[in-house]
Amino acid sequence: MIATLLRIAWTNLRRDRVAQALTFVLPIIFFSIFASVFGNQGGNSTARIRIAIVDEDSSELSRRIADGLQKETALRVRRTSDAEGTGTPLDRAAAERLVRDGDVPVAIVLPRGLGHAAMTFGSADGVASPRIQLLADVSDRIAPQMVFGLLQKVAMTSAPDLIMQSGLSQFERYAGKMTPQQKSAVKAWLPRLKPGGADAVQAKDSAGGVLGIGIDTVDVMRQGRTESLISFYAAGVGVMFLLFSVSGASGTLLDEVDSGTLDRMLSTRVGMTGLLTGKWIFLALMGTAQLTLMFLWGRIAFGLDLFHHLPGFFVMTVVTAAAAAGFGLVLATLARTRAQLSGMSTIIILIMSSLGGSMFPRFLMSESMQRLGLVTFNAWALDGYLKVFWRDAPVWQLWPQLLVLMTLTAIFLTLARTFARRWEVT
Amino acid sequence: MDVLTVDGARKRFGDVVALDGATLALREGELLALLGPNGAGKTTLIRAIAGRVRLDGGEIRLFGKPLDGHRTPPELGIVPQELAVYPLLTARENLEAFGRLQGLSRHDLAGQVKWALEVTALGDRADEPVKGFSGGMKRRLNIACGVLHRPRIVLLDEPTVGVDPQSRERIYDMLVALTSAGVSLLLTTHHLEEAEARCSRTVIIDHGRVIAAGTLPELVDRTVGRHRVVTVRTNAPVDTPPPGAEILADDPRLLRARVSNVARDLPLLLGALVAQGCEVEDVEVRGPSLQSVFIHLTGRELRE
Ligand SMILES: Nc1ncnc2c1ncn2[C@@H]1O[C@H](COP(=O)(O)OP(=O)(O)OP(=O)(O)O)[C@@H](O)[C@H]1O
Ligand SMILES: [Mg+2]
Repeated sequence: MIATLLRIAWTNLRRDRVAQALTFVLPIIFFSIFASVFGNQGGNSTARIRIAIVDEDSSELSRRIADGLQKETALRVRRTSDAEGTGTPLDRAAAERLVRDGDVPVAIVLPRGLGHAAMTFGSADGVASPRIQLLADVSDRIAPQMVFGLLQKVAMTSAPDLIMQSGLSQFERYAGKMTPQQKSAVKAWLPRLKPGGADAVQAKDSAGGVLGIGIDTVDVMRQGRTESLISFYAAGVGVMFLLFSVSGASGTLLDEVDSGTLDRMLSTRVGMTGLLTGKWIFLALMGTAQLTLMFLWGRIAFGLDLFHHLPGFFVMTVVTAAAAAGFGLVLATLARTRAQLSGMSTIIILIMSSLGGSMFPRFLMSESMQRLGLVTFNAWALDGYLKVFWRDAPVWQLWPQLLVLMTLTAIFLTLARTFARRWEVT
Repeated sequence: MDVLTVDGARKRFGDVVALDGATLALREGELLALLGPNGAGKTTLIRAIAGRVRLDGGEIRLFGKPLDGHRTPPELGIVPQELAVYPLLTARENLEAFGRLQGLSRHDLAGQVKWALEVTALGDRADEPVKGFSGGMKRRLNIACGVLHRPRIVLLDEPTVGVDPQSRERIYDMLVALTSAGVSLLLTTHHLEEAEARCSRTVIIDHGRVIAAGTLPELVDRTVGRHRVVTVRTNAPVDTPPPGAEILADDPRLLRARVSNVARDLPLLLGALVAQGCEVEDVEVRGPSLQSVFIHLTGRELRE
């Protein structure tokens, strides 16, 4: 019974070259465009980048750097264990976890002894001076580099007076005391080096040379990979087109209503439930094939590391396609005509795709947008794919995404079945 | 024996009364014509029997058992008014698909498909996509898809609409062959001459009510009567028409008379004309047709 339904749907797809092109070729073209335009150079975002700061030093310098970063409009800083800023200060392990889980793209660790080392120009006691660490997912090309630059700027502008002061005391230690005139000249000059002072901008350049603060970027993921955004766009474009093709293909339901074949189906032993089940399975299989082809192409043309992530990819793909198939059926059972269906689905899908991160990575959006995105199907699917491809998460860690997608599938199918009642009996 | 009875079926769609107490019976092995103007409620009635329209009132019985109304019973074959076949599938694939969905076993299916391709005369084109078929070919396939699973009762909604006389002949041959195999058929049509020629009985429905049912002679007796219409053409205009005859307004050489007994009345009519000195050029005698019965019952007004 189901096999027959599948055969009908498959034969129809096989004979319809336009539908084939829409399903398999068009998304690949789009993906290639996206991937070549954005994938190799990184995007430039105006959204605020979220970072976490761990202050292990608690010195005047580290406090000033943290405050300086906090003032940067491009950054949204988190310093405590909970997002509201009320919990305990973050420690290194917690920050690393935030990065690993994708809550923040970058965490900055201001290590113990940083302030002291800076004061002594790194020469104190002959030990290597501690360096600021940037914990990052380096496969994300945008955020760590932006944060790196901002950190450099903040470190150099936030504390030149402190450094100069300590420089002077060092000078005094080795070269003898300053005369009272020298001291009063320094006193008059030092405030101008404070952040916001009149010469702050020049101070950045001049103080930079003497500042003994080094910055290391530490990749907290397994290793740097070059395909970074490729997997994002494969998933993003893939899911968006999955929705398009699935809602288009589910429109065959409307054709069948028009042609009377649906009526005829219902007069056979297949009930509406069987009919929708058959359609759903077919659409899910078609979607799985579409996404697989997409990622394979990503592997062939853009070096996406598909083969090391097969289990996660497979689970995400099947579940995503199944949910998308349900979504398509909801649209088709809701629409009165084909034209309605295509209009409605275009709008809904474009909105969902932009909110849900198919067009622009969600981690670069503002927090409220990110939260809003969670109402979309795309966000959960993409989060799952990113877990697989960026965080190397094992399959079991995908459970929140899988749970949401499967729940959505159940809801979609229930809705579709309910809407389809109008065709059953009048 | 009645295999299917509809008793007092009622159905409204909003303000439109589609069925208003329709009552009819289908006998075993007969070919019953369900006639009626557009919008009379024929399709609604068929869909109600198929379980696709929930009646507001009345009862439908199949082999004496009331229908539960949800599923189309497997004894029933439905041939819808639309060409409900997949245009991208071939004739054979369509037949196989619907046969499977009707529950035919793989083995049974092969035989039935072969049979269907034969009776529809589609054997030569069996493996071509249906979208390239002519209207008549699609119609024949549409019918075959509905009877493939050997239903005991087949309901056909306008099975001959939009097809040429040859195809219509073929279709009725198929249907008559089914009746001789014991299948009972109910069909709706607007081709009255064919219904007259091929169907055993006729039911006429209008405004959702059955207004007449029976064989053609029965209907004729009850409506227009058994008289014949005689039309006579003479070589010259007639001055005074013989009793019971009238001169047609558009041609004074044409006379028309209604006669109840041709053998007795026709010689009298012709004799009267000859007595006037007219030469009779042509005589046409026409019996009562289903068309005249239909118009008599449903009026001349356009519907819908
Ligand atoms: N689903 C529906 N919704 C609303 N009105 C309907 C519906 N189905 C039928 N009708 C109305 O019920 C009436 C009977 O329609 P039906 O299709 O049964 O007529 P019919 O005898 O088959 O006509 P035709 O010869 O044109 O096929 C019509 O007035 C039609 O508009
Ligand atoms: Mg009709």
